[in-house]
Amino acid sequence: MKHLTYLRYELLRTIRNRRFLIFSLTFPLILYLTVAGAHKNLSLDGISFPLYYLSGMAAWGSMTAVVSSGARIAQERSVGWTRQLRITPLRTSDYFIAKILSGYLMALFSIVVLALAGSIIGVRLSAVQWLTMLGLLLVGLIPFAILGILVGHLVSVDTLGPVIGGGTSLMALLGGAYGPLATGGVFLAVVKYLPSYWLVQAGKSALGGGNAWPAQAWIVLAVWSIVSARVAARVYRRDTARVQ
Amino acid sequence: MVTSESRTGGVVLSDLTKSYGEVQAVRGVTISIHPGETLALLGPNGAGKSTTIDMMLGLTRPDSGTVSLFGSSPAAAVQAGVVGGMLQTGSLLGYLSVRELVTMVASLYPHPLNVDEVLRLTGTTEIAERPTTKLSGGQTQRVRMAMALVADPELLVLDEPTAALDVEGRRDFWTAMRAVAARGKTVVFATHYLEEADAFADRIILMARGRIVADGPPTEIKARVGARTIRATLPGVDDTALSSLPGVMKADQRGDAFVLTCSDSASSDTALRALLLHYPQASDIEVRGAGLEEAFLDLTGDDGVESDEAPRP
Repeated sequence: MKHLTYLRYELLRTIRNRRFLIFSLTFPLILYLTVAGAHKNLSLDGISFPLYYLSGMAAWGSMTAVVSSGARIAQERSVGWTRQLRITPLRTSDYFIAKILSGYLMALFSIVVLALAGSIIGVRLSAVQWLTMLGLLLVGLIPFAILGILVGHLVSVDTLGPVIGGGTSLMALLGGAYGPLATGGVFLAVVKYLPSYWLVQAGKSALGGGNAWPAQAWIVLAVWSIVSARVAARVYRRDTARVQ
Repeated sequence: MVTSESRTGGVVLSDLTKSYGEVQAVRGVTISIHPGETLALLGPNGAGKSTTIDMMLGLTRPDSGTVSLFGSSPAAAVQAGVVGGMLQTGSLLGYLSVRELVTMVASLYPHPLNVDEVLRLTGTTEIAERPTTKLSGGQTQRVRMAMALVADPELLVLDEPTAALDVEGRRDFWTAMRAVAARGKTVVFATHYLEEADAFADRIILMARGRIVADGPPTEIKARVGARTIRATLPGVDDTALSSLPGVMKADQRGDAFVLTCSDSASSDTALRALLLHYPQASDIEVRGAGLEEAFLDLTGDDGVESDEAPRP
């Protein structure tokens, strides 16, 4: 990343975008405090409910943050800004990296705010466990960051809201972010092919033991990342070849 | 890498063609632009100006033909930061102030101008702290000019930069742009405002239907079709008598006045001498060179319908 000033303004723009802030920060936080706050002493799958739900909300909030960041490319395309950037020395890869980094910044905010809320209502983890959770979340977000860039090239500004809102909610729902999933059967076998399932598991994996990420998690995330990146690259080339 | 020696090559477009499906947007355009030259691409909507500019900037790949910017490919020249541009469409990036946006763009270039200096030059100092989304059309356009100028590019490309501006806005715009051209930069701009091309460019290329129909200095463009009219008040004279004067192509009566049309300045001189010799009572005489408007209609062979729509009020 050669252009630090550009990155700085890109981050500044992200922080100033209130709607973005509400969806990736406020919604998961409110849901977390109301649901987990009301069931502080409950325990699910052998995990305290505040931690269980923290995993889900952190996954949902951070996923929304990185997807929205890339998807904002749709808005910048629609007003001709990406064309303007293409006649500056900024490389396309740096443009995408800035989008991913600002998405990650918001994701980090979301995770930190939820973690603080979690510790207020009784989540107790060691520093190593917190860092493991954070690390796994950041890795699990990679396919979503790439999917965001893909969405930004496929979707028009009019449909951007529903696609991000609906897409991330569906991913979160199927991944088990909102509540416990079936503990076996075909459904569970299928959702284990979704990156969101493993993103939700990141928090629980932090406790180690039986809930840690298995090889399947790494493979699913890698495949989603690679496939999304290849599709996004193809869409990007098609997009720049056409007159706008 | 663009070296100072290769920059002497200027901008060379060779035999460019580009089609979009059935539509042949550009059909064989060859232009060589010297460093420091100010060139106007003039033509009605659909003439191929924007497509030519997009190919010049590397935004669109030509079907055939080549583009060389100071000896490099468009992509390499853009990477080297020697190109600045104002595209036809596009609003500003939100969630930034004007100053922040211009600073952000400046940071992408290797040798940008001072941001405050550029804001002053483009008349945007007063709105520098305002959000980019809360500007009028004219202010937005001036900010876009600031973004193009702050790069301090060797080649400045402007695609219909004043299309959204009123008369006063256009004048301010070109006043600022003159200061840039005076620094020896190469400027290429597309316009369908004929008076703008005439007033600002060293050279005009007229385009119509994807082709170049004329290329030369504004005076030469006018001279090539250079019809001139002589208007004189001359009561009680027959228009057939006037149309037989040397140099006159046709004579039209307008009440007590006549309008004599001549093919060029030499014939209008001849006609004027003959008019004064034979009709010394002629008064209120006015000789006018044809504007680019007429040259445009003549050269492009348009029936006028399309061109009537082209210049926006």
